[in-house]
Amino acid sequence: MRIVSLPGALIALTLFAPAAGAAEDNDIELLRAAIDELRADYDDRIAELERRLAVAEQNAAQAGYAAQSTSLPQAQSSGNAAFNPAIGVVFQGTLWGVDGPGVESEGFAVGETELIMNANVDDKFAAYLTAALAFEDGASELEIEEAWVETTALPAGFGARFGRIASDFGYLNAKHSHQWDFADLPLPYQAFFDGRYMDNGVRLTWLAPTDLYMELGGEILQGEGDPSGLAASTLFANVGGDVGSGGSWLAGASYLERDTMASLTGAHFVWKWSPDGNWKDRNLIFQTEYFDYGDIGIDGGWYAQAVYQPFERWRFGARADGLQTDADDPRRYSVMFDWSNSEFSRLRMQFTQDQTGVENRNEWGLQYIHSIGAHGAHSF
Amino acid sequence: MNKLITAVILCTLPFAVHAETRVFACEAEWAALADEIGGDLVDSFSATTALQDPHYIQARPSLIAKVRNADLVICSGAQLEIGWLPALLQKANNRKVLPGTDGYMEASSFVLRVGATANVDRSKGDIHPQGNPHIQVNPHNMMDVARALSARLSKLNPDNTNIYDENLNNFLVKWEASMARWEAAAASLRGKRAITHHKSWVYLLDWLGIEEVANLEAVPGLPPTAAHLSQLTSQFSEGGADVIIRAPYQHGKSSEWLSERTSIPAIVLPLTVGGTDGATDLFSLFDDIILRLTEAMDDA
Repeated sequence: MRIVSLPGALIALTLFAPAAGAAEDNDIELLRAAIDELRADYDDRIAELERRLAVAEQNAAQAGYAAQSTSLPQAQSSGNAAFNPAIGVVFQGTLWGVDGPGVESEGFAVGETELIMNANVDDKFAAYLTAALAFEDGASELEIEEAWVETTALPAGFGARFGRIASDFGYLNAKHSHQWDFADLPLPYQAFFDGRYMDNGVRLTWLAPTDLYMELGGEILQGEGDPSGLAASTLFANVGGDVGSGGSWLAGASYLERDTMASLTGAHFVWKWSPDGNWKDRNLIFQTEYFDYGDIGIDGGWYAQAVYQPFERWRFGARADGLQTDADDPRRYSVMFDWSNSEFSRLRMQFTQDQTGVENRNEWGLQYIHSIGAHGAHSF
Repeated sequence: MNKLITAVILCTLPFAVHAETRVFACEAEWAALADEIGGDLVDSFSATTALQDPHYIQARPSLIAKVRNADLVICSGAQLEIGWLPALLQKANNRKVLPGTDGYMEASSFVLRVGATANVDRSKGDIHPQGNPHIQVNPHNMMDVARALSARLSKLNPDNTNIYDENLNNFLVKWEASMARWEAAAASLRGKRAITHHKSWVYLLDWLGIEEVANLEAVPGLPPTAAHLSQLTSQFSEGGADVIIRAPYQHGKSSEWLSERTSIPAIVLPLTVGGTDGATDLFSLFDDIILRLTEAMDDA
């Protein structure tokens, strides 16, 4: 209404101003003030409309913004260069050497190159794919590590995932190789899973509505290499919380039953600390896992490791890992340091003394991990 | 058995009677703003403190539990929390606060962002293609987000619309009066030149008419290099800048080093509520920012 009245006021001014002649300056001043006020009001409104238009245009121009940010697990890809799905590639490789009695060799191994794609399917599902490209014996191999669909719409703290998944058994199992703090997996993972345990099946998790983190979950799985049916299942529970302003912890227990093998029970504990919770400068990670295996020969396995970042970019770590067998307790000791130029690149030097054989042998490796494209947020 | 049942009821009771809107804020300024607009009707929690770099947060179990129980997640957005928020949302199994729902809002999508770029080459460092996310240090932006937050709270809880409206109006009236006071107090800062550690202050400097002449980080997000610092030393040894600014969570080494060699005062400014002893709420946050800036530059 007030906007419409501006031209009206102008007409009034043009009509009456000449006629006024000797009319009191007062009236003119009043009219002028009224017009100025209207104009100011008008300008404010236009400015506000222009601002809102600009914000709307900005958000529309960066098309992916709203749409892409609904993709949960991955880097919300970026503005004008928005991808759907988000695509990331992680490059890894190692220059390594072994030195022991009767063995002396070295080589360059291009580790698995991870290809990661993910996006929301619609408002109720998200999908995720990790393929590992590897060179084995001179030939290229493509392995589907994970290919799953996740529901995002279940109520009451439930979540479900199905397809080919990395089991939530243990702590390290769900982590991609580029997230490991050492170049290789601890002995129990190598002994019990020949790497990570990935399988086809369904997972259900539930998160308690408490301030203490409490997650319960289970999986029904095909059982690797067992075509006969649903031959494996897991149960797991995790709790966690904060201590003070800088510390946080996660503890969990998990159980795996496979028809073809003895059952495996795992327990893990992870502690992360940084001064005031400011992770960027200094931080410390301690993690340990224990596995109990009910088979003849191997009774269990364990590892414990600590990684400390004393200042930005540099980290130093040590790890001990071992197995418990009827005969003896083979062990390894490793130390590493790594340098990260950014979140997307890391170079790592690792030394391992392997005491699992008859005689000790020393191993070293210089590893690189580089990531391009969208990169998902890392879990705890 | 009866005791057990009583214990179970007692344990579940606190969740059952929760009437307030539970707000999970990624940064302390949005928790403070939720308190201003929601008053007693919201129960706000900030995932980060002013002493933490919000780019680098661990997706901690405690934060997952908080997102699990939240009714509204409010974050700066523009990819500031890209390294950790998606992991929280994925683990939290809370469909009410997923992006795209009413329970999720990014403050930076309600203001004009600066520095948006289509050039997402990572050799340029840790850039935010959607623009600079540190929008909270311009009080004009705070008003826009306040309006959006009030509208969102009303949408989530229509019964309380009148109270949110009233709180919003009270806040805006008080805020505009404070802004006039801040602008008057900072009038002498217009035209001054600042070196900043990271591009965290562009909205503040733009508001106050201070020119940003350099950053301590040669590449955004990566620590300042010796080569870049010595280049800055020679560039500013004869003047050319009036103040060196860093946030509480940024290492003081580089700015103190440069300050010693150039005699340009180095100061810490609170980037959000809690960053300094003086910055206890949104109003005192700007009081303290203006005070520290004028003290540093009036001395100079």
